[in-house]
Amino acid sequence: MREYEVIIGLEVHAELKTNSKIFCSCSTEFGGPPNAHICPVCLGLPGTLPVLNKKVVEYAIRAALALNCQIAEFSKFDRKNYYYPDLPKNYQISQYDLPIAYGGYLEIEVNGQKKRIGITRVHMEEDAGKLVHAGGDNLAQANYSLVDYNRTGVPLIEIVSAPDIRSPEEARLYLEKLKAILQYTDVSDCKMEEGSLRCDANISVRPVGAAEFGTKTELKNMNSFRALQKALEYEVERQIEILEEGGRIVQETRMWDERKGITVSMRSKEEAHDYRYFPDPDLVPLVIEREWVEEIRRSLPELPDARRERYIRDLGLPEYDAGVITASKALSDYFDRCLQYTRNAKAVSNWVMGEVLKYLNATGREMDETFPVPPQHLAGLVELIDKGTISSKIAKEVFKEMTETGEAPEVIVERKGLKQITDEKALAAIVEEVLAANPQVVEDYKRGKDRALGFLVGQVMKATRGKANPELVNRLLREKIQ
Amino acid sequence: MALHELTIAQLHEGLKKKEFSATELLTDVLQRIEQVEEKIKAFVTVTEDVAREQARRVDEKIARGEEIGPLEGIPAAIKDNICTEGVLTTCSSKMLHNFVPPYDATVMRKLKAAGVVMVGKANMDEFAMGSSTENSRFFPTKNPWDMGRVPGGSSGGSAAAVAAGEAIYALGSDTGGSIRQPASFCGVVGMKPTYGRVSRYGLVAFASSLDQIGPLTKDVRDCALVLGAIAGHDPMDSTSVPHPVPDYTASLEKGIKGMRIGIPREYFGEGIDAGVKEAVKKAIATLEDLGATCEETSLPHTDYALPAYYIIAPAEASSNLARYDGVRYGYRDETAEDVVTMFMRTRSEGFGTEVKRRIMLGTYTLSSGYYDAYYLKALKVRTLIKQDFDRALEKFDLLVTPTSPTVAFRFGERAADPLQMYLSDICTISVNLAGVPAISVPCGLVDGLPVGLQFIGRPFAEETILQAAYAFEQAAGTANLKPAL
Repeated sequence: MREYEVIIGLEVHAELKTNSKIFCSCSTEFGGPPNAHICPVCLGLPGTLPVLNKKVVEYAIRAALALNCQIAEFSKFDRKNYYYPDLPKNYQISQYDLPIAYGGYLEIEVNGQKKRIGITRVHMEEDAGKLVHAGGDNLAQANYSLVDYNRTGVPLIEIVSAPDIRSPEEARLYLEKLKAILQYTDVSDCKMEEGSLRCDANISVRPVGAAEFGTKTELKNMNSFRALQKALEYEVERQIEILEEGGRIVQETRMWDERKGITVSMRSKEEAHDYRYFPDPDLVPLVIEREWVEEIRRSLPELPDARRERYIRDLGLPEYDAGVITASKALSDYFDRCLQYTRNAKAVSNWVMGEVLKYLNATGREMDETFPVPPQHLAGLVELIDKGTISSKIAKEVFKEMTETGEAPEVIVERKGLKQITDEKALAAIVEEVLAANPQVVEDYKRGKDRALGFLVGQVMKATRGKANPELVNRLLREKIQ
Repeated sequence: MALHELTIAQLHEGLKKKEFSATELLTDVLQRIEQVEEKIKAFVTVTEDVAREQARRVDEKIARGEEIGPLEGIPAAIKDNICTEGVLTTCSSKMLHNFVPPYDATVMRKLKAAGVVMVGKANMDEFAMGSSTENSRFFPTKNPWDMGRVPGGSSGGSAAAVAAGEAIYALGSDTGGSIRQPASFCGVVGMKPTYGRVSRYGLVAFASSLDQIGPLTKDVRDCALVLGAIAGHDPMDSTSVPHPVPDYTASLEKGIKGMRIGIPREYFGEGIDAGVKEAVKKAIATLEDLGATCEETSLPHTDYALPAYYIIAPAEASSNLARYDGVRYGYRDETAEDVVTMFMRTRSEGFGTEVKRRIMLGTYTLSSGYYDAYYLKALKVRTLIKQDFDRALEKFDLLVTPTSPTVAFRFGERAADPLQMYLSDICTISVNLAGVPAISVPCGLVDGLPVGLQFIGRPFAEETILQAAYAFEQAAGTANLKPAL
């Protein structure tokens, strides 16, 4: 089999978290009863006209600047014409040949190497509504369908990458980084499960060394980072198999079937829409003042790459830790807040990457204001270990209690009597008891079986319900045996 | 004279002096409607209840001794493509036969604030596509000057209503001449303001970059009054312009002595009726008598206006009219078993022939592979036409032309040949492409039928246009012409 190179480009849609819609003043709130957030304008009733929400432009510029894009001085809106019942005007107001931003990039890290992925363009557009089908999975099979226009007119930005991505893994890393940047700049919630972050992929393969790109397919319906990688992996295999058998790739749009783990053909190039783009005569061209762009640039928050560098450089965190924590803005913000109460960054990092993430994964939650352990409590826990008040092992127990009760670690340690025993005299007595009860083990140790000491330490810990200072126990045992 | 024969300005005096009440005025107009509407068919909907309530409120105000504005209590007809809250707005189309807007167009809000008494929604060519009102899906409107002839279009109902005394004034919309040409055919005054002067919010879109709402009135003073009431920036319409609105009546009587008027030679060539040419030349002589200097000029790209228009307007229309699919409002085919069939049947039954013709034209010219050759090229032509006007209006204060190459034609005369119908707008279409303002005022009769004279001005120079049109109308004695009905 020949060696193949994979070429991937991603088109990502992110809902902007402005309070009102892009062309009217309706709320953008997710959920709510069907058709509660609608008005004549977003419903496209005859005679109504769109008026651009300036906040949307600001958010788009903020995201684009964070993606190292150029901001167009002159931009415009176009109509993308196609018929679908969730699209009340049967055209979507989008941007075609003059998007608000172009020519950016973001960096991912692949096998320890930094790699730049180009961003071709960022443009603004309005979202469509949602169909609810009765008696079938889709419009064709349903007995009837209902339309909820709440989402109609919610502002979106579409971010189109260059075909710089070379593996399904890189695609996932790109999307994760993109999500992080959009969250850091506070322009989008990026919740894939709520549809506020959506991703389509263009993918082709070619024999290594070939100059031309192969024929691409477009993949849709990937609803998680995992699904994106899986769908691309499947498609890489599918395309290579066809080529190896001497076949040709058909240019088409394919749907990822999550349940079956395969992609299926949706429509061919011949069936593709002709969107008949033309400039929307209801909106005036967008002239962006340089001064405004610079003002937005100055207000950009610390971005994930910069924060990661800071963690490595100023806090001495390992690259891996810095990468994991900064991948999520919420997690990283939490980490930063912890450091207002303790200086032991590495310890906090271990806790955040360990117990905190474990808790979030186990409960299926995200780091947010409902997380039961406030930063000062986690910092307090780290301090208690550092001061020798409790052992790391006990600390895990305390943490669990903290997530259940929301109490401060000091309170739990006090209430449950978990303070470490560091009184040498008190411990010596227990050590004596353990030695007396296990003469055979003592013998083994004396004959050079080092592991025997571990057993004895364990017995002491058991007798003290884990509260004994392990270092002290070790020293006392050694002294007494000799 | 009966009340319905008077102008806004005259009726306002009468109301102020309590010579009659708003209700009495309305009753007279409703009686007139009763008397002639069966013949004219100017209205899709007569809104007697709405009107009575509005008139009653004006009378209460007068009874309280409060001052009333110039339009207060004056009965008006509103073209049926202007959204009126709670009142059927059909665009004379089967597609919107049952559409009741939950909101008022901005011009309606303004007129309501100015005390309008709305007597009805005026008939039109379906979705404003046409020049004779024969394209109404409901019925054609007759020309009050000759029942065998069309009133022009697409604002034919508005023009006929004013000419027949079924309303004191009307609102129309003008995309390629749809206010001026019917004004010309019916012997009334009609103005298309500068693009952006009047809000389009609530005007059911035909071609968004060309559409503009304007007044149809019995004389120029009334036109100035109505324009003053509806003009102005609207935050709901991004293409409306934040330009101050002057008192358009203030400069009416200043005369035109010393004004430089350009006569574009392209508007007097082939296809212009001899009678029309004669009447317009006589009008030009009148303007010179009044002290204006008239000089021949040229708008060299005039020949390309019609083809450019029939690419740009249908292209925009094909997209603007895509929303009529039966899902949310209006007509829906109930027999289809699936959504695509429902779309297709709804649209093929809901729209009439001319509307479908233009949707197809527009869909074609916007299609990939044709866009550059048609749409983009048409936009370039549009720029050249605009530059023609810019250049001419640098030298001249105004341009004067016929409004239409002919007087009102007979029913059926042009209906079979769309190109013949399109030629009826040859003198008005360029003005929409350039976005400049223009008015049509009656300048005489040919064989008993009115001829319209068109004044074209600089962007936002409606004042100058009204000033000149007023001076002409006074000198020519063509104000408030009345057909023998």
